Amino acid sequence: MLTTKIFFRKTKGGNVFKTVREHYLRNDIHCGSKACEKCMCKTRNIILDDEDSSVKSSKITEPYYLLIDTNIILDQIDILEEDVICNVIIVQTVLEEVKHRSSMVYKRLKNIITNPQRKFYVFVNEHHKETYIERNPGESTNDRNDRAIRVATKWYNAHLHLDDNKIKTVLLTDDARNRELAEKEEIPAISMEDYILSLENSAFLADKLCKKNYSAVCEGPEFFPCHLTPSELHDGIKTGKLQQGTFQASKENFLEGFVNVDGVEKSIFIQGRSSLNRAVDGDTVAVELLPEDQWSSPSDIVLQDEEETDVDNVLEVKKVIDKFDPSNKMQKTQTGKVVGIIRRNWRQYCGILQTSNIETNVRHIFVPAERKIPKIRIETRQYTVLCKQRIIVAIDSWPRNSRYPLGHFVRALGEIGNKTTENEVILLEHDIPHSRFSDAVLSSLPKMPWNVTDVDLAQREDLRHLDICSVDPPGCTDIDDALHCRDLPNDFHLLHHVITDLLSSNLCSLLEKVERLTFSCIWEMDKDANIINTKFCKSIICSRAAMTYDEAQLKIDDATQQDPLVKSLRNLNNLAKKLKKKRLDNGALVLASPEIRFQVDCETHDPIEVEAKKLRETNSMVEEFMLLANISVAKKIVEEFPEYAVLRRHPEPPPANFEPLIKAAKNQGFTMNVNSGKELAASLDECHKENNPYFNIMLRILATRCMMQAVYFISGMLQPNDYYHYGLACPIYTHFTSPIRRYADVMVHRLLAVCIGADATYPDLLDKKKNHALCQNMNYRHRMAQYAARASVALNTHLFFREKIQDEEGYILFVRKNALQILVLKYGLEGTLYLNKDKNSDVTFTYNAENHSQTCGNTVFRTFDPVTVQISLNRSNVQHEKLIFKLVKPFIPGFSVPAANAQSCRITVEEGTKETAKRKMETEKQQSNNAKGGGNKKRQKKRKH
Amino acid sequence: MIEAENIEDQNGLRPDGRRALELRQIRVKMGVFGQADGSAYIEQGNTKILVTVYGPHQPRGSTGRSTSNITKGIVNCQYSMAVFSLSSGERKRKPRGDRKSQERSLQLKHAMEAIIHLEIYPRSQIDIYVEALQVDGSEYCASVNAATLALIDAGIPIKNYAIGCTVTLINNPSLEDEDNTLGKGVLDANYVEECTPGVTLSVVSLPNNDSTSKDGLIVVAQGAGQRLHLSQFESLKARVLCGCQDIRTILDYAVREYLTEQSLPSLFHVALN
Repeated sequence: MLTTKIFFRKTKGGNVFKTVREHYLRNDIHCGSKACEKCMCKTRNIILDDEDSSVKSSKITEPYYLLIDTNIILDQIDILEEDVICNVIIVQTVLEEVKHRSSMVYKRLKNIITNPQRKFYVFVNEHHKETYIERNPGESTNDRNDRAIRVATKWYNAHLHLDDNKIKTVLLTDDARNRELAEKEEIPAISMEDYILSLENSAFLADKLCKKNYSAVCEGPEFFPCHLTPSELHDGIKTGKLQQGTFQASKENFLEGFVNVDGVEKSIFIQGRSSLNRAVDGDTVAVELLPEDQWSSPSDIVLQDEEETDVDNVLEVKKVIDKFDPSNKMQKTQTGKVVGIIRRNWRQYCGILQTSNIETNVRHIFVPAERKIPKIRIETRQYTVLCKQRIIVAIDSWPRNSRYPLGHFVRALGEIGNKTTENEVILLEHDIPHSRFSDAVLSSLPKMPWNVTDVDLAQREDLRHLDICSVDPPGCTDIDDALHCRDLPNDFHLLHHVITDLLSSNLCSLLEKVERLTFSCIWEMDKDANIINTKFCKSIICSRAAMTYDEAQLKIDDATQQDPLVKSLRNLNNLAKKLKKKRLDNGALVLASPEIRFQVDCETHDPIEVEAKKLRETNSMVEEFMLLANISVAKKIVEEFPEYAVLRRHPEPPPANFEPLIKAAKNQGFTMNVNSGKELAASLDECHKENNPYFNIMLRILATRCMMQAVYFISGMLQPNDYYHYGLACPIYTHFTSPIRRYADVMVHRLLAVCIGADATYPDLLDKKKNHALCQNMNYRHRMAQYAARASVALNTHLFFREKIQDEEGYILFVRKNALQILVLKYGLEGTLYLNKDKNSDVTFTYNAENHSQTCGNTVFRTFDPVTVQISLNRSNVQHEKLIFKLVKPFIPGFSVPAANAQSCRITVEEGTKETAKRKMETEKQQSNNAKGGGNKKRQKKRKH
Repeated sequence: MIEAENIEDQNGLRPDGRRALELRQIRVKMGVFGQADGSAYIEQGNTKILVTVYGPHQPRGSTGRSTSNITKGIVNCQYSMAVFSLSSGERKRKPRGDRKSQERSLQLKHAMEAIIHLEIYPRSQIDIYVEALQVDGSEYCASVNAATLALIDAGIPIKNYAIGCTVTLINNPSLEDEDNTLGKGVLDANYVEECTPGVTLSVVSLPNNDSTSKDGLIVVAQGAGQRLHLSQFESLKARVLCGCQDIRTILDYAVREYLTEQSLPSLFHVALN
């Protein structure tokens, strides 16, 4: 059964080593076809159909299988992902080449292969006795692999030919030479384009064809200089003549960009089309510095690539650039030009088609939503449909004679301006995975209906007799913590439960009156909220009530209610207050950020009302105990796993970060002490202004912006005194309380379970490097999720203001050189009010950099001054809708606009009633609250720490 | 370095084309070194081991002088790896005497003491010299196998074959298995597989003809500092004993063939049956 073949491989590792490895060839590898009767060894994995189920092609008459080569997979993966293409053989040679060339394509290919419906079969040709070939002397690896693919095709044709029902195996390759050689050996071969066009209803597939190979065909003037060859680049970087770095396109000016060289602080400036030389944002490029007399500086103008037609008027644009060049001779920065691309960082881009005059034309220009990305030229036969939709496009190549990169259509997202479409765009542009879970994942879910089993009872502590309840925002679907408190002879006994073990919004939620498996954190405390004893255990609980903050608050306030649940709540509340006081005394910061909630129409899901989030006492009650649980757990896991614990830290911001805050406070006559968190908290508390109730909140908003990002890390990677959490003023912190929505909590749960002996460890749990990588990924995902959340808020705000023009009260948050940054507290909305925009108007504002003020006539604008602004939506740019702020009050003739309606006076009245309304229970059940703010986010209960 | 993913790519085949429970090709030569009392040369794939046995003879050196163990024979093992033996292409600095070799010598000694009838050799010493000529994974196990053969060649009475085999736990549950009862893990790992993040266990067992005896099992864990969870141990053990049984069959056949060749031609036909 075994044949031994020894082959030689030279590996380069500075030195040349000869590696000898055994390579076993076998005769029991199945061809994967159901029709085959020759292959003896039966495996589960026979997926290629015996009937003619492949899509009909006019070029191939018999039933057929496709055998595809490496380049087809790398270039045409978008087409291969279409369900139409099935019965495909992937030989191992190809699979390995794909893996080496592009890990992203490899991943996508693996996804196709693992889907049994697609019928992609991996044939291990390299270990098959009859298809393994040795490299001939003088033959390159590439040629050898091509030959191996041909040999495999030939073998398949011979192998499946003798049977009654003949099945042809067709080699799919775009390599003309390979096709030629195949024909010589009488192997059926076809190019991707020919194949796709020969299919029935091929139009939509044809759009997705990669345009890589056409570049050589079309001719014309060359816009760009040549890229250097890889070896030239390698030598250049080695000798220091060239520098390697990441290219970042400018957001404002499409003809400018920067290259950040690794380890060098100052980035290299790139200007002009030929210097940019086809670099796209994110690419790793090689740069050559220009001589100093050609250095230039970023121009102040905003330059958008708005040319309508395809006329390549490069010269004209050049003139524009030249005009701005000499203007800024003063601050020249080091300038360079891109001479080669080391690695492309192309992804798929969302955007729209540029309106075209000739609808029947096949060639169109695609405008990406991201401003940093150049326009892309694509071919599509569905212009009339696609022109109203947001679409995704991938770049294939950027030849020298094309002004724009060439790409192909991937898929349509939906109508422009539609909420689901726009949400999808937000998710895609922020790299947030949102595909459905695979069947393998879903199959590991517990079966419904789910009940507590005897095994669970034996392993867990039974706490079902306790009066436990949960307190959450209204409409919350993922209830992941519940509380309980009872008197012991001397102490309180506190429980904090966190759900584990089961997935989905239903099973994982601590729903009312349902038994759930939990992870409990039990503290014994004295009357002054000092912890006497801490215990962790896995348990079973049954929540008595799932309350909202308001309901809980009412129960606590209502003195007539005396049942155990309410007593427990009151105790909790009292302890929470003590805990909070202790924490604040320690120097924890109370920060503010404008957070918005949308009240959503329950049928259309369009936002009908925007409001800033309200806070109640019960909010902070739940929060205190969550913090306590997190801190206790952090201590426990670090004690047990000093090297591998997953923790969260919040670095102290450098003093320079606080400058805007100090200046702003100084203008209002307050001094900020930022030497430590404690002093900052104290000085923030002291800042109050009688005439401006929001002054303190706004200062806190400013303070929030001075902070660093809190990050996850592995304890073994840092010194213990770096674990410090600045915002919470505690030496150690982690995330434990929300395992449903944060992966970090799941990791912490696993560690804690091992700590208390409830679970076994596994190698990956204690792998420092792997966990570190996981933490990096969590931080990245967290950051992107935050950006996406902001984008989502912006989107919903835009939807809200779509049909409206409204006057609102706001405050000046920053005074800038040419604008005022205005915060509208009612909506938690921030916007820019541009000054001196209109050059022809006689109203001029004078900026004073000393005390940050803008003056116009008698009116002076300072930070924190109240203003009234008119908000409207500018929809002229379909991809980038903007909120426009216009000044209403104070009235400046020639600049201000008249009030839009009487709403402005109503707001002041509302302000007064707010306080009383705060304690009042909102009796009517707000269905609309159920629909979540962002529409797509589960992040409703966001508590920032 | 080969990732565990590779196995998935190859429809359940390992990087060198074997299935999980398949051994590498084993080639055996006995009596290769005339000067010694017994010798054997074994190739398990690219792992090549030469073992010579001297004795039993009068004890020499420090071991001999100690009178503590006069009722039993003494086994002296020396494990050494040739400087050119490493399959990574580097040169080994010292052929013997380093920590690893000393450890191997000791483990080998334990294995050999378990099978030799030492009680019939009081006041005498048996020397076993192991030379690893080429190392491509599982070298300790191969040297146990070779040492057993060399003892047989030397005519020293043994109780049973001492058979070594490695099992490597590869972090990949979706390995295509012919026999699911045996759990996961691959047998007789080569160098590439030993370098994967999984744990490699070298196991020496004394398999019987029919079933595997439970006594005399020596387990040595190697690998990149990884830990093996106890729950996986039993399934790995089941696999590796299966492999030991296979190796024993191969060695037994080789020994019988060698001995019949050496013996009178008249015996040749009888013994083969």
